[in-house]
Amino acid sequence: MSYSLELRSLPVGLAQSATPADVEAALGRKRRSLEDFAALVSLSAAPAYLEEMARQAHELTLKHFGRVIRLFAPLYLSNECVNVCRYCGFSHNNLITRVTLSLKEVLAEAHYLHEEGFRHILLVAGEQPKLISTDYLQECVERLHGDWPSISLEIGPLETSEYGPIVCAGAEGLVIYQESYDRAVYASMHPRGPKKNFDWRLETTERAYAAGFKRLGIGALLGLAPWRKEAVALAGHLEYLLRHCWKAQITVSIPRLCPAKGEFQVPEPVGERDLLQLVCALRLTFPEVGIVLSTRERAKLRDGLVPLGITMMSAGSHTEPGGYTGQGKIVIGSEGKDATEQFEIADGRSSAEVATVLAGMGYEPVWKDWDTTLNE
Amino acid sequence: MSCLRIAGREFRSRLIMGTGKFASGEAMVAALAASGCEMVTVALRRADLSGKQDRFANILSYVDPSKYVLLPNTSGARTAEEACRLARLGREATQSSWLKLEIHPDPRYLLPDPVETLKAAETLVKDQFTVLPYINADPVLAKRLADAGCATVMPLGSPIGSARGIETRASIEIIIEQATIPVVVDAGLGAPSHAAEAMEMGADAVLVNTAVAVAADPVRMASAFKAAVDAGRAAYEIGVAPRRQEAQATSPLTGFWNEK
Repeated sequence: MSYSLELRSLPVGLAQSATPADVEAALGRKRRSLEDFAALVSLSAAPAYLEEMARQAHELTLKHFGRVIRLFAPLYLSNECVNVCRYCGFSHNNLITRVTLSLKEVLAEAHYLHEEGFRHILLVAGEQPKLISTDYLQECVERLHGDWPSISLEIGPLETSEYGPIVCAGAEGLVIYQESYDRAVYASMHPRGPKKNFDWRLETTERAYAAGFKRLGIGALLGLAPWRKEAVALAGHLEYLLRHCWKAQITVSIPRLCPAKGEFQVPEPVGERDLLQLVCALRLTFPEVGIVLSTRERAKLRDGLVPLGITMMSAGSHTEPGGYTGQGKIVIGSEGKDATEQFEIADGRSSAEVATVLAGMGYEPVWKDWDTTLNE
Repeated sequence: MSCLRIAGREFRSRLIMGTGKFASGEAMVAALAASGCEMVTVALRRADLSGKQDRFANILSYVDPSKYVLLPNTSGARTAEEACRLARLGREATQSSWLKLEIHPDPRYLLPDPVETLKAAETLVKDQFTVLPYINADPVLAKRLADAGCATVMPLGSPIGSARGIETRASIEIIIEQATIPVVVDAGLGAPSHAAEAMEMGADAVLVNTAVAVAADPVRMASAFKAAVDAGRAAYEIGVAPRRQEAQATSPLTGFWNEK
């Protein structure tokens, strides 16, 4: 059993053809189906029903999550990558400054983030099995485990048996974006490297669950394919994981493509209103699922989306290895050169600033919401 | 009104409050005060258990131990083993042996795992904890937990945060009827009327969190719950009139017979 089988029979067409009556019916239900979700992301839903969607989304978010936002920080371990992904700053064929942090450098970066208040950390790395080996990842997690109640990873897909030792070392979550659920778009965006294998990536969350990860994050990189279709496939994936990986906390991310190194033009741009519609539709259909928003989005939009469904936010982020403390600088001649970032962030506020704004909006920024004990 | 007695300790308030989902520590403190509660539960996963006085995980610092009995909870635990580990660390960090045992492996509905809960309760009671287990409204499980030495049972009215009220009424009635330890109705109480209903049914106490924490005015909602709990308990102690199918005149027609 795999989600790839269900992927063929999703109500994708409804995202285009839903009528206002379908939207109204979806809005009127207590528990919503994938068909309802498709109606809610359809053209018929926005702008006509957006306000009502937002109102209901706000209510549901309050009820299920209360007035709290969990904060986390990404820590980039390495920007080495063997994959060619046309949209990514770390793509193998980009001529960039590549760095893999040593364990000592990782700890220095983590120490900085700990001082900032973060207790939830996301370790991010490209896919380069020789430099970013499972031993390396395991060691990073092992060394961080004592000080970090929640450690998640966003790394190249691995086998269940390879995830096992990383979980045992104290990792709680695994994040993997399918990027695009459209096989043709996926193929054209990932011409070289192991990432070419669509199904291997699609089944990653189930392998991670089998290995014992307690938190599973999925997402689609919005902008590669028409977003409404992607949204339905993403929702289908969520629904599948809720059924099959029932003990895991499932979260969903909604990254929009940002400018990166290289000459890539976003093929299917997604507007801010589209993002708003998607957040509301996700919340209305999956009231208990956490929705993650990164610093890819500008401050005003991030703040505006908080009441509508966001439950986890990064803040003060850097998307290059060593970005927080200047670790891993490559020295060329007499000059130090920083590693290249994956993408530019749009919300440059510090974590303290974000926390202050959240408090001002009536939300408690929660830094610690898990405990090391639960990962042993 | 009679006092609530749990594990030899007396409480004047029959409302227990949760501390999650509040907009701030200050908002929580104000709501706790307005609720008149004497026992509050705190998720250990949100607290600093390292002993380092972590100011970024300071939820416990908002709960004044001179005013409230602290009831740490194991929310986040998915197995008996995890719950026991968390409970022991929590006891060291909080100096409280009271424990709300919560084991819900399903993060979607947060429904408690009966098998793991019983297993953990047996271990923790032996380990000198005062155990208040969160359970589905299962009368047999409630008896098993009482036999295991738990201080209360805490059956759910409906899933946590759902505000659906007491959907498990028939089973809770059996639990109350058969109880030898206090029964605390926990979870799903979205309105003061739900709390009053539980108290009228004969529940010994209720636990409320979401309905107060996410209210537009948590302080006023907390006092509304306080009033409802008091009213429900008073009605139970006085004796609520039995339901009848047909009307019964408030001025009996045959009353003149006795009149002079």
